Amino acid sequence: MRAPAPAYAADLNGATIAAARDALGTALVDARDAVGEVALFVTRDGLIDAMIALRDTPGLEYQQLMEIAGVDFPDRPERFEVVYCLLSLTRNHRIHVHVAASEETPVPSVTGIWPVAGWLEREVYDMYGVLFAGNRDLRRILTDYGFRGHPQRKDFPLSGFVELRYSEEAKRVVYEPVQLAQDFRTFDFMSPWEGAEYVLPGDEKGALPEAKGAPTQLSADQIQKADAAQTAKATATTPKTTDSTAQTGVGKAEPDAKPKPADPDVLKGKGEGK
Amino acid sequence: MTDTLIDDPALDKLLHRTDAAHPDAGDVAIQNYTINFGPQHPAAHGVLRLVMELDGEIIERVDPHVGLLHRGTEKLIEYKTYAQALPYFDRLDYCSPLGMEHSFVLAVEKLLDLEVPARAQYLRTFFAELTRISNHMLNLGSHVMDVGAMTPNLWLFEIREDCLNFFERASGARMHSNYFRVGGVHQDVPLKLLTDIGDWLDTRLPRLFEDAISLVADNRIFKQRNVDIAVVSRDDAIKWGFSGPMIRGSGIPWDLRKSQPYDAYAKMDFEVPVGTRGDCYDRFMVRVEEVRQSARIMRQCLNEMPDGPIASLDRKVVPPKRGEMKSSMEALIHHFKLYTEGYHVPAGEVYVATESPKGEFGVYLVADGSNKPYRCKIRPTAFSHLQAMDMMCKGHMLADTTAILGAIDVVFGECDR
Repeated sequence: MRAPAPAYAADLNGATIAAARDALGTALVDARDAVGEVALFVTRDGLIDAMIALRDTPGLEYQQLMEIAGVDFPDRPERFEVVYCLLSLTRNHRIHVHVAASEETPVPSVTGIWPVAGWLEREVYDMYGVLFAGNRDLRRILTDYGFRGHPQRKDFPLSGFVELRYSEEAKRVVYEPVQLAQDFRTFDFMSPWEGAEYVLPGDEKGALPEAKGAPTQLSADQIQKADAAQTAKATATTPKTTDSTAQTGVGKAEPDAKPKPADPDVLKGKGEGK
Repeated sequence: MTDTLIDDPALDKLLHRTDAAHPDAGDVAIQNYTINFGPQHPAAHGVLRLVMELDGEIIERVDPHVGLLHRGTEKLIEYKTYAQALPYFDRLDYCSPLGMEHSFVLAVEKLLDLEVPARAQYLRTFFAELTRISNHMLNLGSHVMDVGAMTPNLWLFEIREDCLNFFERASGARMHSNYFRVGGVHQDVPLKLLTDIGDWLDTRLPRLFEDAISLVADNRIFKQRNVDIAVVSRDDAIKWGFSGPMIRGSGIPWDLRKSQPYDAYAKMDFEVPVGTRGDCYDRFMVRVEEVRQSARIMRQCLNEMPDGPIASLDRKVVPPKRGEMKSSMEALIHHFKLYTEGYHVPAGEVYVATESPKGEFGVYLVADGSNKPYRCKIRPTAFSHLQAMDMMCKGHMLADTTAILGAIDVVFGECDR
């Protein structure tokens, strides 16, 4: 990896996936090692046992639950993905565990394993409406008292539905439907020819995008692996023999050099020629 | 007028008069009562509402209500390009803006697999540590003020003011610097600034800081208010997802700068202070020592900082400078494309966490190959620490709440997002 991102024991990725396959059994749907990070996909029913196994199995030892993130993919049959980011203090390793859920299917709560999950699950419930079975305090947490809707869903508008202000007449804060003085504008800067589905003749030749940041169909992981393969090839070639100045002789005086004749057009500076 | 005792049972009860025959006649039956601590309370460090159930002055239960500063940052970021999303991070933890930016730029760089020049890495390390000092000045100062001492706060704010001036000279803004960029930093710093900071590290910082800390570190009142308050064991610290000075205060030597080094931290030589008892005093002293270690890291950065480019030379990610645009058509096109469409980040998902001054600040970034993040989940430090308020406060006095809150080091811009 070339980026200066936090360097934890990424060489343990392969061993971690193998150990997780043994420990989780059928609860593990899929395990990926992408962009240097391990992602485990776990069934909803097997989540609790999987988490306990991940925490207690020697060789896995993920003691800390750092974060629970929700992600909304409206096209999927179960539209939400709940991502648990785990950290092992002893092995210095991180993984994320993914579980799919929909509005109707509650995810078992991990508050019994990590009490920190209480608020993290409340936040996912607040933002996405994912239910957590077994969380005894599943109230909203970040949004207003009496808020309706789940704001992080992709179909929730950025502006929301209500706005509030202090009303002098009513002597209290009043809620009103949002009124925008100017329509909300989203600019689509994607070029029309970049969004095309077909492959232009010759495109298949380039495995890598022309530069970092250029539009590409490849995933970050594919690019990283192709990059690594390329750099491995590049370093394997023998270096040029005249790379340093010592080899080329740049900057050295010629063996029989004489002082240069003075240029009559150049004025002498202060203190020179005395 | 003679002062006669009016013999009226109703009045007796009102005035809690007792007599030998009925010893408990005037006793008042006390039951637990509930009070609101905040949202407008000077020691709540922002807009925190604690619903507290008290038995006399003993805290039975604390229910923190957060979210009063929720601005929907994560939702807004989904509608912005990667470059436009960066300034939002300054506004999360507004006491340590560069610490917040650091996680985001590292996450995007990881997805892009982008190399960062050595000088840019050193500059980012250097300013991240300056951020740590300025953050700790605010926290240490307000912590001692919360428990009753006034002077150290004023002295520590002198240092914080110096830090903010340095940020202004580097980036143009005192607080919301927006200085880090994907691929490096925004602009190079003048040599005079580096020498000035070097002088400041050697003269002004140690004098002011050690003076101020000497007032409280061994102070009897300060110790009475902090020692053995909110003791958190190692196991509890792990279970409750603690990080940063909170987990180190509990005796676990866990510092992401040391164990998972990013940027130039792998080359830095510094020590990780840990507490022995896991109380508020330990957390305070861990931060005090971190300031000294940060100064040490900054000196190393100054000594070792190489010359060279301050941002990646990849023109598809880092925009060209103004001067270049005057003469190069290609630079002009790159500038236009980067400030309208922005760069595309290949599809993938990463969780990148750095050691912000308050603890582990993480960004879980899901990219879908377009020019905007599909999802950017921010992992605040204060969220898990505040959640443990109930566990830490139980059985303590009401007045200890401020010491516990001060030792958490909570900023609501980051907690509520």
